[in-house]
Amino acid sequence: MSNVSLHNVSKAFGGKNAISGMSLDIADGEFVVLLGPTGAGKTTALRLIAGLEKADSGEIIIDGERVNSEAPSARDVAFVFQQYSLYPHLSVYENLAFPLRAPARKMAQSDIDTRVRQIAKMVRIDHKLENKSTKLSGGEMQRVAIGRALVRNPSIFLMDEPLSSLDAKLRGDLRLELKRIQSDIGATLLYVTHDQIEAMTMANRIGILSDGVLVQIGSPREIYEKPANLYVAQRLGQPHINILPPSLIPAQSLPPGTVHIGARTEHIAIETVSASKANGRIDWIEHLGDQNHLHLIAGDKKLISLADPFSPFKAGDAVHLSLKSPLCFDASGNRIV
Amino acid sequence: MAEIRIENLHKSFGDFVAVHDSNFVVKDGEFLALLGPSGCGKTTTLRMIAGLELPTDGAILLDGEDVTFNRASDRDIAFVFQLFALYPHMNVRKNIGFPLLAQGVASAEIKRRVEETARLLQIDHILDQPVSGLAGGDRQRVALGRAIVRRPKCFLMDEPLGTLDAEFRDVMVRELRELHTRIKATTVYVTHDQLEAMAMADKIAVMNKGVVEQFGTPQDIYNNPATLFVAAFIGSPAMNLIEFSGTLTAGDKSVTIGSATIAVPKIAETIAEGNRVLGVRPEHIRFENNSPIRGKIYQTEYLGTTQIVALEMFGSIVRARAASNIEFTVGETVGVTFDTERLSLFDADTGRAVKLNSLKDAAHV
Repeated sequence: MSNVSLHNVSKAFGGKNAISGMSLDIADGEFVVLLGPTGAGKTTALRLIAGLEKADSGEIIIDGERVNSEAPSARDVAFVFQQYSLYPHLSVYENLAFPLRAPARKMAQSDIDTRVRQIAKMVRIDHKLENKSTKLSGGEMQRVAIGRALVRNPSIFLMDEPLSSLDAKLRGDLRLELKRIQSDIGATLLYVTHDQIEAMTMANRIGILSDGVLVQIGSPREIYEKPANLYVAQRLGQPHINILPPSLIPAQSLPPGTVHIGARTEHIAIETVSASKANGRIDWIEHLGDQNHLHLIAGDKKLISLADPFSPFKAGDAVHLSLKSPLCFDASGNRIV
Repeated sequence: MAEIRIENLHKSFGDFVAVHDSNFVVKDGEFLALLGPSGCGKTTTLRMIAGLELPTDGAILLDGEDVTFNRASDRDIAFVFQLFALYPHMNVRKNIGFPLLAQGVASAEIKRRVEETARLLQIDHILDQPVSGLAGGDRQRVALGRAIVRRPKCFLMDEPLGTLDAEFRDVMVRELRELHTRIKATTVYVTHDQLEAMAMADKIAVMNKGVVEQFGTPQDIYNNPATLFVAAFIGSPAMNLIEFSGTLTAGDKSVTIGSATIAVPKIAETIAEGNRVLGVRPEHIRFENNSPIRGKIYQTEYLGTTQIVALEMFGSIVRARAASNIEFTVGETVGVTFDTERLSLFDADTGRAVKLNSLKDAAHV
């Protein structure tokens, strides 16, 4: 395990910048997640580190060594793809052992066996070692794919949305397991996703990408509570952050220059009041699978807040809204600190 | 617009039963989601309604008329597929207008209706652009426009948002629901994503292995899951299913799990000794230091406003949702209470919910 750095790396495809001047240091044992919508450059960043793409400029450093011109096989990275590409004709055991059987490794049979069994146990597939890899469920296949990356002990694991083709429940379980495995073995891991929940729950640090630029990087709490700008603020949080004009809802003191207010559930105080004192009303309550959203109307704006399952509100209620230390942004969208 | 009535619908492919004796009604103007994991029979059901598959048995009535064996083209329905197949050589306007052109509608009328549809979907500014350069969302809007422009009796949609990324899917979910509220077309929507179903549908049919396990409003399915399958499938994180064994007696107001006694809504039926499951949703667990029900913090997942707290208790992992300003240390032992009226009980031997006299339908958010 080791540290990996990008220094001012850029990559363009046909004149369009996929990655622009990206600098990023990943510490030994760190779990970094790159989050951004489709086309933000997440996958390109991974592929540059893996050596599947060549950087136009900048430096890629793995374990203190500049690897820009090294072939993928020489870079000591392990890549897990969204589509778990297992060898269909091999058993689970042989799939896991495959990377260790490379002639260059000269690994003894008994060492291979020990390692495969150890990893199989870690990814909880040890009861199916003799199964054909095609006779597994989606979650089991993805665990084998992750296991096959883990047996090698590379400098860094690169994972490209490995959970996104799984159903919601399995995704939740594997999220927990992947985080546990990563911290157990102290792996250095760079993970890309467009799923903010995966980013929030697994990352030591989240990097937010926009059009190939790394806009902000920090702990999930930093990114959530102190977003650098409106773009970052709108990437995280369910329901979405409400962007409001400063005069709409009373707030104690807003810094000078505030042009946009960002208000999440924890920034909005809601009280049921008589119609004459109200400055808003409950439009409707949306029942979602994981939580309920309170849809509010204030002036000509619609707001969404998370409903406390124990709160007494119902559709049509007149309410008084006020803001408690909301996020404030200036005219160019940067947060006022 | 129309009512869709499904009667004893059955479909086998050889020995494999894809849809087993389904019955449900989609009322005029209603939005039904067929929800379930892959292979549950939801797409097969949709394709039978569309006329793309013929049922082995049973009937499909569209507005009272038996259309079971009518050709797809005679059913006056519009189908939106997961992979929005647009005509790549035509611009947006021609793509949307094509179904009308095929029906022989006059060109002035086509122009009027295409423009009206485009305004509804807020794509009137790109009408004369080629479809090849459009972003995913706009392509999907064009595909929807092509379905809407005909003003068919009903819409059938097969995971139309499945290929979009998470963030954009949220936007489209809202747009689709608002569109439905405006045009009130009877809609059957197939998805494996419970959030899409919960957010858009008036009614949900949860399917598993060809069987409709529960049919009802999103709230009803969420609050009163009829089976263990539904309980585990709806909700994220899923409902905690705590296994225990014992006898249930009508009138009892608690169950015993290990050394803990847990208050539940009044049990309404007596069931002999066997395997049981207590169902607790993560948001119905509260932290209270002096509660006798104890758990050890296994992990916390920070989600911003809230956090998911995984607890080791009753020999497995129980997940609770809590405000993120509460601090927990991994390994510490904490006390929890369950919101009695929101609990569910299941008979693990049959997979069915145990009847309870609960108040949870009366008042909930």
